[in-house]
Amino acid sequence: MIELSAISKIFNQGQPNECRALRGINLSLERGGITVFKGPSGSGKTTLLTLVGCLARPTAGRITLDGRLLSNLPERFLTEVRRHTFGFVFQQFNLIRGLTVLDNVMLPAYPLGRPHRALVGTARELLDRFGLGTKVASKVEWLSGGEAQRTALARALINDPAAIIADEPTANLDSALSREVLALLGELAGQGRTVLISSHDPLVFEAAPVSRVIELRDGQITGDQRC
Amino acid sequence: MPVNPGYCDCDTVLYPTFPLKKTMRAFLERQQYLIDYTLAALLRRKTRNLGLLLIYTLLVFLFSSVLLLSQGVRREAAVLLQDAPEVIVQRLVAGRHDLLPAAWLDALRRIRGVSSARGRLWGYYYDPAVKANYTLMVAPDRELAKDEILIGAALARVRQIGIGDYFGLRAADGQPMPLKVIGVLESASELLSADLMLLPEPSFRALFNFPPDVYTDAVLTVRNPREARTVAEKIALALPDSRPILRTEILRTYDAVFNWREGMVFVCLGALLLAFVILAWDKAAGLSAEEKREIGILKAIGWETGDILRMKLWEGALLSLTAFLAGYALAWQQVFHGGARLFAPVLKGWAVLYPDFQLTPAVDLQQVLVLLAVTVLPYIAATLIPSWRAATADPDAVMRG
Repeated sequence: MIELSAISKIFNQGQPNECRALRGINLSLERGGITVFKGPSGSGKTTLLTLVGCLARPTAGRITLDGRLLSNLPERFLTEVRRHTFGFVFQQFNLIRGLTVLDNVMLPAYPLGRPHRALVGTARELLDRFGLGTKVASKVEWLSGGEAQRTALARALINDPAAIIADEPTANLDSALSREVLALLGELAGQGRTVLISSHDPLVFEAAPVSRVIELRDGQITGDQRC
Repeated sequence: MPVNPGYCDCDTVLYPTFPLKKTMRAFLERQQYLIDYTLAALLRRKTRNLGLLLIYTLLVFLFSSVLLLSQGVRREAAVLLQDAPEVIVQRLVAGRHDLLPAAWLDALRRIRGVSSARGRLWGYYYDPAVKANYTLMVAPDRELAKDEILIGAALARVRQIGIGDYFGLRAADGQPMPLKVIGVLESASELLSADLMLLPEPSFRALFNFPPDVYTDAVLTVRNPREARTVAEKIALALPDSRPILRTEILRTYDAVFNWREGMVFVCLGALLLAFVILAWDKAAGLSAEEKREIGILKAIGWETGDILRMKLWEGALLSLTAFLAGYALAWQQVFHGGARLFAPVLKGWAVLYPDFQLTPAVDLQQVLVLLAVTVLPYIAATLIPSWRAATADPDAVMRG
């Protein structure tokens, strides 16, 4: 269970280019299911996900994960939580060019020092599951958009996180590939993982496996619909 | 099912459950992953890193060459000068070196602590044909006939003469003095004998028009070498016009000469070092947008700031240590097995006569550490500081593409 109370995020505070991205957000996110944050560009969807995923700290307010306060944790502990609790899928895929598909998938596990054979085994299993078994040794820059996004999804799962955060996962994909990625995310939710997606693509928030749609505008929640 | 207390089934392999062993194993695995990633990162920016490696290696090679050569020459000189006399006595007239009367030898022998005193005849001879000075000396232990000489190897090379050839000198009375070369001095002592010509006493006295009762200086042996300084003080008291010179002072002079030469080369190389520092700072310190993005991605997917710094530390260490080892090994090869051709004219020069000798390979640990500190540490620092700045920033920028 993730709880956000009175969350605000201000960028460049006190400067002429100050920007209030989030204003007093109160929200409870239950374990499991797919929650989609929808809204126009600049509504605060991505900022909200970065705060939930411990990638940044709120300017004000409290975030708790299963009752544990995250918003005041030192960087090291925040990384620890991020590493074990969340897997990230980015709009631009954010795979590391020059490395193979397998190396990219294993990257999040490097700091844990897991035995190499076991790690390679887990990574290969994930890639096989996502239909990328033949691409293991390919450089990521040779992949198609769909393959790159599935690689990113495999990378997000390598540390077996409880939650997946996907920021505009279909923004760079056509409709068929978008459906494919959504099906995979639905599969993960079916296994009991929490999937949080930000999107302004109707294909995403109208998809069958979505369990909740939260609408944002100007840094505030304007709608909360359970499906 | 029986339980093995030493193992538990985790991550599909059998792990020892002893916490220390497990932690150590995880630590080593982590370092291995970081090194693997670092090597891959270095290879991904091949052109940039290869260029940097080449320049870095060249710089270490140049500095190491100077250090190894000057130290090798100093060590060689010190070994050869071990056989030099413990005390040399010169005569001064109004502060200028003058010929020493033979009667002084008896006076010197009478001083307590002196076991022997011997007069030496030597001098410099300028040869306009090759624009070089020779050191002429009466052979102390070799019986030579009146017109026979022994010459240093460098002198033989530069005049292109050998055994059996005649060598013409112009005597003090203006007449030519032909001398027959009957031997070339061995190359092991070439550092000191490069420009040396040994000749018999009568020829020497005739050449320079020296009367029979004078010497250039005197060499003494003392009963207790540790009392050489006290003996020198006694000589100065007994013979007020004398100037006693100790072997340690000669060694110090050689040392100063090579230090000075080494310093001159370092001043010249200083400009190169500065250019390298600027280049290294630019290349290592200026993180490209691609590198910043990469750091952001790594942080977002669960790497700590410390992991990124360790990775960058490995990157700096691998590059700089490779350059250091390659540069030092090349310098070693060049100095000890390649005749030290690069800096020999500056560090070994004797006017136009260069001694040709093989230096004995030796490693000075302190010298290696200083070189390591001067070349490797600044580069690692230049790599770490900007990475630390990038790695301590929130990784949320990566979410925004």
